[in-house]
Amino acid sequence: MADEARIGAARSTRSLGWAIVLFLVLPITIVVPVSLTDQRYLSLPQDGLSLRHYVNLFSSAEWLSSIAQSFVIALGAATISVVTGTLCAIGCWRIGSRWSELVRVLMLVPIIVPTIVYALGLYRLWVQLDLLDSYFGVMLAHGVTGIPYVVVIVSTSLASFDPRLEQAARNLGASVPYALRRVILPGIMPGVISGAIFAFIHSWDELVLVLFIASRTIFTLPRRIWDGINEHLDPTMAAVAAVLVVITGLLLLLDMRARRRAAE
Amino acid sequence: MTAHAEAGVLSGRRPFFRDQWNAYWLMVAPAALLMAAFYFYPLVQVLWISVTEPSPGLDNYAQLFTNLSIRRTLVTTARICVVTTAITVVLGYVVAYVLVHASPRAQRWLFLGVLVPLWISVLVRAFAWVTLLAREGLINHALRDAGLIDQPLALIWNELGITIGMVHYMIPYAVLPLYASMRDIDARTVSAARGLGATRLYAFRRVFLPQSLPGIIGATVLVFIFSLGFFVTPAILGGGKTLMVAEFISLQILDLLRWGLGTMLATSLVLFIFLLLAALARVVDLKRLFGAG
Repeated sequence: MADEARIGAARSTRSLGWAIVLFLVLPITIVVPVSLTDQRYLSLPQDGLSLRHYVNLFSSAEWLSSIAQSFVIALGAATISVVTGTLCAIGCWRIGSRWSELVRVLMLVPIIVPTIVYALGLYRLWVQLDLLDSYFGVMLAHGVTGIPYVVVIVSTSLASFDPRLEQAARNLGASVPYALRRVILPGIMPGVISGAIFAFIHSWDELVLVLFIASRTIFTLPRRIWDGINEHLDPTMAAVAAVLVVITGLLLLLDMRARRRAAE
Repeated sequence: MTAHAEAGVLSGRRPFFRDQWNAYWLMVAPAALLMAAFYFYPLVQVLWISVTEPSPGLDNYAQLFTNLSIRRTLVTTARICVVTTAITVVLGYVVAYVLVHASPRAQRWLFLGVLVPLWISVLVRAFAWVTLLAREGLINHALRDAGLIDQPLALIWNELGITIGMVHYMIPYAVLPLYASMRDIDARTVSAARGLGATRLYAFRRVFLPQSLPGIIGATVLVFIFSLGFFVTPAILGGGKTLMVAEFISLQILDLLRWGLGTMLATSLVLFIFLLLAALARVVDLKRLFGAG
């Protein structure tokens, strides 16, 4: 069938498709050569490569503290999202009634509603709860908005998990928590790990909410980059971008390995 | 269900079914409560503020029709979103088409190319476009060194820059639903049309294209909706000169403290999106589109 189908894709179409995919990837990779420039402004290296922008980055207290803050917040947020989101997905999957279906549909709302809209309400609520500009406030906001993604990803895993395995465990005398820990969770672990990585990146990358609920104390990495782009564009920014691209690449590899192990 | 419960009673054990039922709702509870308290409650508050501040009533909403800067922002937003969606869906269609027809090896590479950008920070992507498109950016430099231009081209801080950045951001979101619908098309229908004498183009237009229509609609909805409320890329590549609605809202709140106006626009945006989805709910499987299918 594949051979017959390939008749349909003319060579020109195929080249166009590949060109578009290159258009997706190449502009991002430009940050790597720019980060190695020997000039003081954003440019390609001219007389040779230089690591001085990386030296700048890793000797800058501001950038380092932002990286540390983002990491701590993303870790906390991902924990909130993964624990509650996974439990929710499993609960909905087992209940399988109209009500649990409603919960899952409501979970799509945060994916559809633009973040800017939620940011306004969040700001007002955080004023009332005195959570503005605090680690916990940002973690909670990121954790809550990460839940839907975890639910969606874990639910996908559960769809291919045989419910009879859990029933068997329960019939053999396992309690609900025991069956959860020893039967369901191991079975859907790749999905949970994917969900965790996604929730981590969701927080690590999040800018709009932080713009609203953070001021002096909390200066996450996205906010630092945002300030940098708007105020002083210099190659240190490219170094940051290159580091982020590499970290994301490593996380993706991790995710791919988890999936491959699941497939085996 | 009742059979299970009866079995429990008959075997002399506690009817465990209800306990089990409660245990599963207990698992749903933390997420549901967190979402209710910290997501849906503040969201409803936005709607509430829009009809109570500065004074109760629909005064804020009247500005949708009277305020010139709002109208300009909405027109700009609509124009950019329509153009972006059109370009994105066409390009995404080509990629999905090539993906479906590629060998497994080529498919892996194409998929990697489509998915990797999704995972890269949106700020990094916007920054990359700034280095490329800016007045003193790499593209203008290269063109000037090649002697093709005297004056730098205005590629950024206008609608062109925003559109380039947004198309780049949105293509993966278009490819995924398009690919999913094309995968379901039986390739033999196209072969049959070709065997019956149809030209390649004719077979595509009359056989393949109509069957991929659900994917086209899905991708269009997804991209258009994500574009409407998009903040980061338009704000950076628009450079404060071209305002789309999300950035306009944030300006109203963070710089001008006009809560009534900001929340009114935010509420209108959400209502518009949900009306759009409701209108399309018959044509597209929304749950599948947003990942929960």
